[in-house]
Amino acid sequence: MNLSLMSLEISVVALGIVVLLADLWLPVQRKRALGYFAAAALGLLFLNSFTGNCSCASVGEAFGGMFIQDGLAVFFKRLFLLAGALVLILAVEFSDRIAAGISEYYSLIVFALAGMLFAASSNDFAMLFVSIEFITITFYVLTSFTRSKVAALEAGVKYLILGALSSAFMIYGIALVWGTTGKFNFSELAAVSANFATNKLFLFGVLFILVGLGFKIAAFPFQMWTPDVYQGAPTPTTAFLAIGSKAAGFVLLLRFLFGAIPEVTAQWTNLLIVISAITILYGNLCALPQRNLKRLLGYSSIAHAGYLLLGVAAMSTLGVNAATGGSAVLYYLGGYLFTTIAAFLVIALVLRHVESEDVAGLAGLQQRSPLLAATMTLAMVSLAGIPPLAGFFGKFLLLKAVIEQGATNGGFYCLAFVALAGVIISFFYYFSVIRAIYWSKETPVITPIVMSRPIQFAVWLTIAGMLYLGLFPDAVLKLTSEAVAVLK
Amino acid sequence: MTILTLIFLLPLLAAIALAFVPRNFAVVMRAVAVGVTFATMLLGILMFWQFNGAAADASGYKFVSTIPWLGAESLGIVCKLGVDGLNVGLVLMGAIVAFAAACCSFEIKSREKEFYILLLTMTGGILGAFMSLDLFFFYFFHELALVPTFIMIGVWGRGERKNFATFQITIYLSIGALLALIGLIALYLQLPADVRTFDIPTLTKYFTENPMTVSAQKFIFPLLLLGFGILVSLWPFHSWAALGYGSAPSATAMLHAGVLKKFGLYGLIRIAIPFAPEVARAHLQLIAWLALGNLLYVGWVAMKQKNLNLLIGNSSVAHMGMIFLGIASLNLIGVTGAVVIMIAHGFLAALTFGLSGYIYNQTGTLEMNELGGLAKKLRFVGVAFVMAAMAGCGLPGFLNFVGEVSVFFGAWQVPALRLVTVLAVWGALIIGAVYMLRAVRAALHGDMPEKWANLSDVNLWRQLPYALLIASLLVFGFFPRLLTDKIKPVTEQIVNMATVKPATPVTPAAVVMVESK
Repeated sequence: MNLSLMSLEISVVALGIVVLLADLWLPVQRKRALGYFAAAALGLLFLNSFTGNCSCASVGEAFGGMFIQDGLAVFFKRLFLLAGALVLILAVEFSDRIAAGISEYYSLIVFALAGMLFAASSNDFAMLFVSIEFITITFYVLTSFTRSKVAALEAGVKYLILGALSSAFMIYGIALVWGTTGKFNFSELAAVSANFATNKLFLFGVLFILVGLGFKIAAFPFQMWTPDVYQGAPTPTTAFLAIGSKAAGFVLLLRFLFGAIPEVTAQWTNLLIVISAITILYGNLCALPQRNLKRLLGYSSIAHAGYLLLGVAAMSTLGVNAATGGSAVLYYLGGYLFTTIAAFLVIALVLRHVESEDVAGLAGLQQRSPLLAATMTLAMVSLAGIPPLAGFFGKFLLLKAVIEQGATNGGFYCLAFVALAGVIISFFYYFSVIRAIYWSKETPVITPIVMSRPIQFAVWLTIAGMLYLGLFPDAVLKLTSEAVAVLK
Repeated sequence: MTILTLIFLLPLLAAIALAFVPRNFAVVMRAVAVGVTFATMLLGILMFWQFNGAAADASGYKFVSTIPWLGAESLGIVCKLGVDGLNVGLVLMGAIVAFAAACCSFEIKSREKEFYILLLTMTGGILGAFMSLDLFFFYFFHELALVPTFIMIGVWGRGERKNFATFQITIYLSIGALLALIGLIALYLQLPADVRTFDIPTLTKYFTENPMTVSAQKFIFPLLLLGFGILVSLWPFHSWAALGYGSAPSATAMLHAGVLKKFGLYGLIRIAIPFAPEVARAHLQLIAWLALGNLLYVGWVAMKQKNLNLLIGNSSVAHMGMIFLGIASLNLIGVTGAVVIMIAHGFLAALTFGLSGYIYNQTGTLEMNELGGLAKKLRFVGVAFVMAAMAGCGLPGFLNFVGEVSVFFGAWQVPALRLVTVLAVWGALIIGAVYMLRAVRAALHGDMPEKWANLSDVNLWRQLPYALLIASLLVFGFFPRLLTDKIKPVTEQIVNMATVKPATPVTPAAVVMVESK
């Protein structure tokens, strides 16, 4: 046992408990600010992770190899901490729309974050399942937190039913894999998985586990829940779902595919190519007619899952330089963090008094708050993948990785063209959002939007992040390639 | 901070600075845009002036400078700028046209802030793209300039079909750019993993020493040709151009038709042809016939136009055919001529779109049956327009003549292209003259309808951009060696790279292909 490796997770769980307990003694009017405290604490933990005196600085295994601390885990933990801090700031802004129990809302976000941190380090089926359930169950509550709204309840129920179904698939898959191989630990499994590459039962098990993970990342055909849940859930929850939950799914996917069963993954390159292509097309095509902003971002998030799978597919060849695919996935997630949080910050602030989060609600934003208008524009432009923002460089890396593998499998060339088609389709709905901000016909409400200091900070941070990752990719690239180096 | 860094950073920094100016200071926006582009133009002229004396680096580029804080060295992406004979003229032309475009933006009366920010971004992007010696930034800056184009057409555009035009140009050009991007990435991946770089001089050196395999060329060259071809409105991918330019505000049309569009041609000459020579040679015939499509078919479409701006737009597409023909000839005279036309057409397109923009601003229409006799009222515009029309027909004295004549000489030297050349000469000289002179007659001569009695001519200050563009055409037209002496050494090198057979043995497929030619 090596508890010190887990000091980060322990601090985050402790933070969640502190927030819960503080609720007992704090006067009502001050509870709202508790979110700032939690966000600041997470921010400090994030900064601390770059110093030497953090568990992130050490490498190793704990609990008999269940828990692993390596470059990949550390990269994702930083990502999650940053996302958690930003989402908490957003939650404070949103708190007046939550009828009761705001402290519980904060603490649930912190607990979900803890689940993600564990997911980043899981090296074992038990850890994988427990961390996924940890995340998903907190999200069931977070999704239906505004329980007076029917849409939120509907979202919660849908997420619950489909989530439970996918968990069932996953646990069944784990049972099959364990039954055939007798291994629970990823590193041990990797040593023997090649022997089972033709074992039908084992392959079914793997497939079922992928079903569960596909649900988390919202890949086709497990994407059904995404638009409804994104639309119905409170905005901070949606934001956390979009980046945190998706990134957790991807780190588990990477660990499982490349840490536990690399030889089997190499057989399934074509499957990954097809899933990636369909996910891209499905997400982008379905986003086209959407008028609800959160629903639109839900479909766009499916499309982005597809783009991210480009990198996974490229990596699955295990060929020369295949790791660049994984590195591109990590980079893309980094850019996606700032971009989605920026978009949801704007949605939460601007569509405050609008019942339906319609795209038209952005009308006149240019007059109401030029800063938010610019933020939303940058976010959309970055999602569309246009220089000089993070989204462009991420897509560039993914495309590069895919074309690089074209020599081994011609399907990758087709995949590159599908990705291109997806990008072009996406221009329409992203630009329709921008058009609504600047050039809508209706005369909108022109009340200036007041922003608190922390929100302003969060907005500027996301802008800086999008530009930094778009213009100065070198430092983060180094981190991502170090992180994927641990996956063989 | 070298002169090239300044040239492209000035407009971009000004664009950022404008974002912080309150929107009611429209005059400030305008003054900043005009002032900054003027400074950029002066710097461009200075650079052009000093070009001959400047020291060249090992690969023949001058004023080479890198911006160390931009890019990703681990991937071989470095923001490196430099000019040689091929792009020095293009950068100068871009800087002059950008100033003219900023001057011609008087017509913008709403949302000046956004307009000038976009205009300056576009200027910076264009100049950056042409100066970039790094394939990644070459693409990056082009895209940076392209997106403002779409937004400007969508917002400040004119005409009933504005929305459709925006839609069409966005789709076409995005597809073109992304196809080219795939081609460029594939090109980059041809290098062994440890020496991969986007640096153009290094790539040139590498591909000279280790020619690309023909199978890779077969994948890459068609992608680049198609991608760049769409960006340059190569027939049959031209239909976005006329309508797009017809709907665009003058400044956007000037910058895009004049300068940004040349990106694709520049990419073909600088990258596609020298790096994938065997397959490029196999495609020359195809390029020549497609070029003929531009000259004859689009020329014929231009003749049928009833709207002055659509006519100019189509004529601008038709002129691209001449450049493609020059490239297809793949000899020293032809390619040099193509580069000269690229520069000449930049000035010319900017001039015609600027003038038609002024006429539209005065009359509110560009339907030629409603215009007529405008030269009586708009004396300066009339004279300038006639000069532009003459330049478009290739009248000696204008730079266009120099380029066209070289292209025809160059193309005639290639026996396989003789038929195309003959047809192209007809197309260029007869069809071009017919539609240009018709436009002049319909818009400027004849009886003037009553309603145009109170039009006013350009005042002295606003004559400046037009005069500047005409002067550029004439100066280089009379002293073409100012350009050709700079262009020739580079085109010679490129033509050599593309035509000399590689020293290492090629695969059998390539031999068969070369022999079957």
